[in-house]
Amino acid sequence: MAGNSADKIQGGLLGWVDARFPLSQLWNEHLARYYAPKNFNFWYYFGSLALLVLVIQIVTGIFLTMFYKPDAALAFASVEYIMRDVEWGWLIRYMHSTGASFFFIVVYLHMFRALLYGSYKKPRELIWVFGVLIYVVLMAEAFMGYLLPWGQMSYWGAQVIVNLFATIPYIGPDLVTWIRGDFLISDATLNRFFALHVIALPLVLLLLVVAHIIALHEVGSNNPDGVEIKKDKDENGVPRDGIRFHPYYTVKDLVGVGVFFIAFFAVVFFAPEMGGYFLEHANFEPADPLATPEHIAPVWYFTSFYTVLRAVPDPFLGVVAMGAAVVILFFVPWLDRNPVKSIRYRAPVHRINLGVFAVTFIVLGYLGAQPVSALYGELGLRLSTMYFLFFWLLWFHSRERSAAFSAIAFAVIVGIYTYYDSLRIGSTDGALVMTMWLLPTAYLFVTMLVPVLARGLGRDRAVPERVTA
Amino acid sequence: MKPSIALIAMVFVALMPVSLQAADPSVSLDRAPVDVTDQASLQRGAQLFFNYCVGCHSAEYMRYNRLGRDLGLTENQVAQSLIFTTDEQGEPVGVGSLITNAMTPVYAEEAFGVAPPDLTLVSRVRGKDWLYTFLRSFYLDDSRPLGVNNAVYENVGMPNPLWELQGWQEKQVDADGETRLQVIEAGSMSGPEYDRAIRDLVTFLVYLGEPMQIERQRLGMYVLGFLLVFLVLAYLLKKEYWKDVH
Repeated sequence: MAGNSADKIQGGLLGWVDARFPLSQLWNEHLARYYAPKNFNFWYYFGSLALLVLVIQIVTGIFLTMFYKPDAALAFASVEYIMRDVEWGWLIRYMHSTGASFFFIVVYLHMFRALLYGSYKKPRELIWVFGVLIYVVLMAEAFMGYLLPWGQMSYWGAQVIVNLFATIPYIGPDLVTWIRGDFLISDATLNRFFALHVIALPLVLLLLVVAHIIALHEVGSNNPDGVEIKKDKDENGVPRDGIRFHPYYTVKDLVGVGVFFIAFFAVVFFAPEMGGYFLEHANFEPADPLATPEHIAPVWYFTSFYTVLRAVPDPFLGVVAMGAAVVILFFVPWLDRNPVKSIRYRAPVHRINLGVFAVTFIVLGYLGAQPVSALYGELGLRLSTMYFLFFWLLWFHSRERSAAFSAIAFAVIVGIYTYYDSLRIGSTDGALVMTMWLLPTAYLFVTMLVPVLARGLGRDRAVPERVTA
Repeated sequence: MKPSIALIAMVFVALMPVSLQAADPSVSLDRAPVDVTDQASLQRGAQLFFNYCVGCHSAEYMRYNRLGRDLGLTENQVAQSLIFTTDEQGEPVGVGSLITNAMTPVYAEEAFGVAPPDLTLVSRVRGKDWLYTFLRSFYLDDSRPLGVNNAVYENVGMPNPLWELQGWQEKQVDADGETRLQVIEAGSMSGPEYDRAIRDLVTFLVYLGEPMQIERQRLGMYVLGFLLVFLVLAYLLKKEYWKDVH
């Protein structure tokens, strides 16, 4: 909405600026007169917190760039130089390394919020799509940044990930050489990853964040009730359930910032390695192209997808599955066609589906950090299947399904993976395969067949007209 | 929303307990009773480090004078008792130098099969318990080129540099099938004395891996204290503003 006329006739410096640049208008449209639903809860802190972490990463990153040397012979030593000889260098570096992990914690919670309250649904599909793009760029940004300390895990992690592209038929090997700029991860790779990490990807990230926020402010924020507050406006055109973002949510987010900073700085000052999850132990050893570490694990925020990769025996199909696990997120707004947005009014089976998905993602992440074993391999395969089934069920729960359709769909899906199991049962531990078979089958049984047997579990509730407290 | 907070707590708990320590030793590790605030222990550890380790290993990301400052030694004391390295002219290196040594990688590889690694960050790679156990686990083994093996790191290239302190150990198998290391030829220290010396050395290595760690934790208390006050004020401010939201 346009700034009201009272602002426009102001004189002085602000009037002078406003006649030349829409300063008051921008301030009003995005803060002072941006009406946000009054019922935001805990989950709504993570958007502004993600912005805060972005600022932390950019500012600390600028200072690190002043001392870091993107050179295979000097990089490792320059990081230790920052840690030991640069005034406050250790603090800046730990803030940057901890910030990387917190970025993902905050973004994962922010994304989960969107799943909880259906914030990706019409008219917010583009906000979600921009958001997933931000997530993808963030993963690339984190991956490139992880090479820069030039430790053993930097080197071999990059080696593993870059080599994934080698599995692409025909062009794979040449593509990998082109990405590395050499026949192995080397100085050339480090230099280009540095360029991408400090300027190319952050630029894209910033532009996407701006697009994300512009799209949000165009359609307005969703809320825990999934009620459109713009449908109920007072005589001035102000949503009755909306409050001005500034000052109400700026002061509320300040509380979130306080809690976030306490958690963030507790890690920075008391556990910067976070038991080897935020800074891996092997990365305190300089990169050595001739010595492969015993156990190569990606940093925790990639491990869920790493498990999906390892679950598929064929390398190329594994890469396809891992890529699909990320790409499928783009389609969520068009998979979930249920008109009810918030989980508060969705059927119990949807709540179960979302709960299982959250647990699946966390366990997948745990498995990705562990060395391969028969048990974990089988569990990884089943949970990877369940990861994808979540998206199928998102579509399946778009409306109440008939008993016949539910039964047939259940039988077909269970049949497909049972057939696959029957092919491999000779070469693997049969008892393990059959026990783990129960996992996705029980999941599908509860989410697809139980609502047929007990209709109440599959039924959505009435959404109120206005937001609840 | 209570469940959401529980969920986040769950995520953190899932992340915290298991440490991804690099090494996978065949023996269980002893807990290293290390206290990096114990300056006397650090000084004794530094003495052992410069007497027994720096001949082959370097600590090339660390400077002598930083060490002196943190360990309560004057620059003169550092120059006299810790610096054994000389520059190309044969003069002792300055106190502002990095802790390097004269052994070239080529020579080192010829002598030991593999160049002795730099030790600046070894405590962050291996962990204190690993180092504490490793340095006490050398035993005589005729099958090795230098006649010594290690129970924590099988077939390690390094002989026991502290043999004159510890003496020589032998690997013995108990009646119940457990292997045990037994000193068969005493060194200049008794068993408990040697354990204390190794504790001092490991304390020094832990310090060396992250010299700012004490300062980091001290400062952290103030930062968290400030943030708690900030949180209370932010909360009161929020409450005041939100009075008129109904």
